[in-house]
Amino acid sequence: MIAEAGLAALWLASGLAALQFLLMIAALRRGADVAGAMRSIAVVQGALTLVAFAMLLIVFARSDMSVALVFENSSAVKPFIYKIAGAWGNHEGSMLMWVTILAVAGGFLAVLGRRTSEHTLLAALGAQAVLALGFYAFLLFASNPFARLFPAPPDGQGLNPLLQDPGLAFHPPTLYLGYVGLSVAFSLAVGALLTGEVDSRLARAMRPWVLGAWILLTLGITAGSYWAYYELGWGGYWFWDPVENASLMPWLAATALLHSINVLAARGALKAWTMMLAVIAFSMSMVGTFLVRSGILTSVHAFAIDPERGTFLLALLGIYVAAAFALFALRGASLKEGAPFELVSRETGLVINNLILSVVLGIVFVGTLYPLFVEAVSGEKLSVGAPYFNAVAGPLALVLAVLVGVGPLIAWRRERRPVFKQLTIPALLGVTGLAITIILWPQMHILPRLGIMIAAYLAGASILPLTGRNPLRAPLATWGMVVAHFGIAVALFGMASNAAFTSERLAIAKPGDVLSVGPWLVALADVTPGAGKNWTAVEAELRATRGDDIVTLHPETRYFSDPPTETSESAIRTFWNGQLYTVIGKEDQSGAWQLRLWWKPFVTLIWAGGALIALGGALALVGRLWRIAWRRRSPETEWRRERYA
Amino acid sequence: MKPKNQRLVLVAGAVAALFAAVLLAMWGLRNQVSYFYTPADIAAGKAHDGEAMRLGGMVAQGSIRHLPDGVTIRFILTDGKSQTPVVFRGIAPDLFREGSGAVAEGRLQQGTFVADTILAKHDERYMPPELGNLSAEHKAGKTLER
Repeated sequence: MIAEAGLAALWLASGLAALQFLLMIAALRRGADVAGAMRSIAVVQGALTLVAFAMLLIVFARSDMSVALVFENSSAVKPFIYKIAGAWGNHEGSMLMWVTILAVAGGFLAVLGRRTSEHTLLAALGAQAVLALGFYAFLLFASNPFARLFPAPPDGQGLNPLLQDPGLAFHPPTLYLGYVGLSVAFSLAVGALLTGEVDSRLARAMRPWVLGAWILLTLGITAGSYWAYYELGWGGYWFWDPVENASLMPWLAATALLHSINVLAARGALKAWTMMLAVIAFSMSMVGTFLVRSGILTSVHAFAIDPERGTFLLALLGIYVAAAFALFALRGASLKEGAPFELVSRETGLVINNLILSVVLGIVFVGTLYPLFVEAVSGEKLSVGAPYFNAVAGPLALVLAVLVGVGPLIAWRRERRPVFKQLTIPALLGVTGLAITIILWPQMHILPRLGIMIAAYLAGASILPLTGRNPLRAPLATWGMVVAHFGIAVALFGMASNAAFTSERLAIAKPGDVLSVGPWLVALADVTPGAGKNWTAVEAELRATRGDDIVTLHPETRYFSDPPTETSESAIRTFWNGQLYTVIGKEDQSGAWQLRLWWKPFVTLIWAGGALIALGGALALVGRLWRIAWRRRSPETEWRRERYA
Repeated sequence: MKPKNQRLVLVAGAVAALFAAVLLAMWGLRNQVSYFYTPADIAAGKAHDGEAMRLGGMVAQGSIRHLPDGVTIRFILTDGKSQTPVVFRGIAPDLFREGSGAVAEGRLQQGTFVADTILAKHDERYMPPELGNLSAEHKAGKTLER
């Protein structure tokens, strides 16, 4: 019954979405007064999808094997948390989660969206309903999560052990919230293009959504990178895997949007460009979903090869993107350009930021899709990997990191002061960093060397917006920007340090043997068997010493029974200046074990930087929302605060 | 700037960025793409020494040899028609064994394939995408790379 209730809720929600769309047409064409009705429908639609999702969680929690999806992706002996996480660790369940977030976001837009004109809001709600409708159809006709099996099998097939990890259980929800949060920006842009009301009010209404989605995407990408780092046991933090790129592309577009939206909010300029970015950002979310969910890629995350689903998703993607761009082509040209600005101005800086981010986005997009395109056209198989992305996007990212230090110092509209004078100290920091690397490590590669130099410069330059005034009186949004930009410097330093200073040791050892890696001496003390709820394991005990530091690590190889798989569980120990990373391999005939050891100086700064970037976004979001609440109370001083935005 | 010029400059900037992205991507793709070959392709001389590539096939029965350092293996990948010797230094993936499929990433050096990474058939249900066409036992059901 529970599965049927979930299915019924989905059907009802899709009916309401259709109704919501029709009401939008009535409102725009005839000026019908349907605002109240549309708001309620959007809320009920969101609630119904939540009900459907809750039903799915219940059948997974109860291990109801008569539901095909549970049978295929769960088993009765699995730990409870992975039974729940199993609900979205598969194709149908994750698509249901996608739609649920989409509809709930629509409901929140209906309740909270009072900052644009009523007309634009209704058009946006209509657009959101059309988006939801397509994905409802996809679920109901091509990916029903509630399909039954008869007779019910006794136990399920289990969840891929690689996915049985707490980090991964909560990784997809975070990313999906980010992906789908961008749908609101998309719908607001479509709504504003329909009504022609592209102005700073719209930008201010859109901004919290973009910020929120961007924060979650940043967190999701950072967490996903750390997951790949410790779970795969290869010592790398980013593999340029298409699934990783699928999350990076919306992030790049959202980052560009986040910056251009400030121009629209503060100065009323870059209208067409910002609308275009809002459309592109959510299109990239859909491209990402298509790549991961259609089975067109084969990677850790992409499971089902099912041409019907792939075609359905591709058709949805094509229709929505084409319709949005057609609307943009029709209405974009008639938008009035906003306030003028001079060549040396904050606006120009943000345009350059946007152009570089767009170029990087284009490079990642081409590199990700080119192999698929070639295979579809000629049948030839090829892969585009890290060398391409690093060589092409890496230098651009470094250029962008240099400009990040300059942009925030320039005034809106026009800048007559000598801005570069302020950058003396940061520039000296950078030169010092460069000099130190040249003296101490003359053999270092060029990219890590530049990375260290630019990180040192940017660490200084990023905090300049807080100097020269009382930092405690600076708006929270400024603090957010400073923290996020400082986070870029931190992450960049971590990446450069990891690339330049990592020591690796790959060798065999018998119990009692000692291996050295970087400053560490690692002794293999013992190898013992172990067991968990649904796995058995071989566990090594390593004793690592460095001066007075003595630590014990326990890397494992785990053997899962359903489905039969082995996974390697690395053991990692974090110190203030880096991580010791250990992996155990196989035993040879003589009783010696393969060990792979890394010492990675300052590698943790990569994720610390990512967390800082997200924190900066969160500060800015709190600052903006605070200001909205404040403005409701005293609207007459609005212009003063906006000037400092 | 006048609003009209401003729009012109913006559009020009966007077009220039688009061109830059495409040109950079094409330049990168020409130098950095790695092709997928089978041992038969290599026997036919399609692959060049030193070029980054992926090589896919089945690990020949009885071909895995462990070198004395304990972490280097030599084995032979075959597609039924031709054979290519492979050398790999590292921890082989969990389900890398004789008689099952594997994809090696690396370069050819004088007839031997020097692998940086090995991707193996992961379990009964998951396997590297390129092996789909090579093994008859594999149903195109579910795949998992690496």
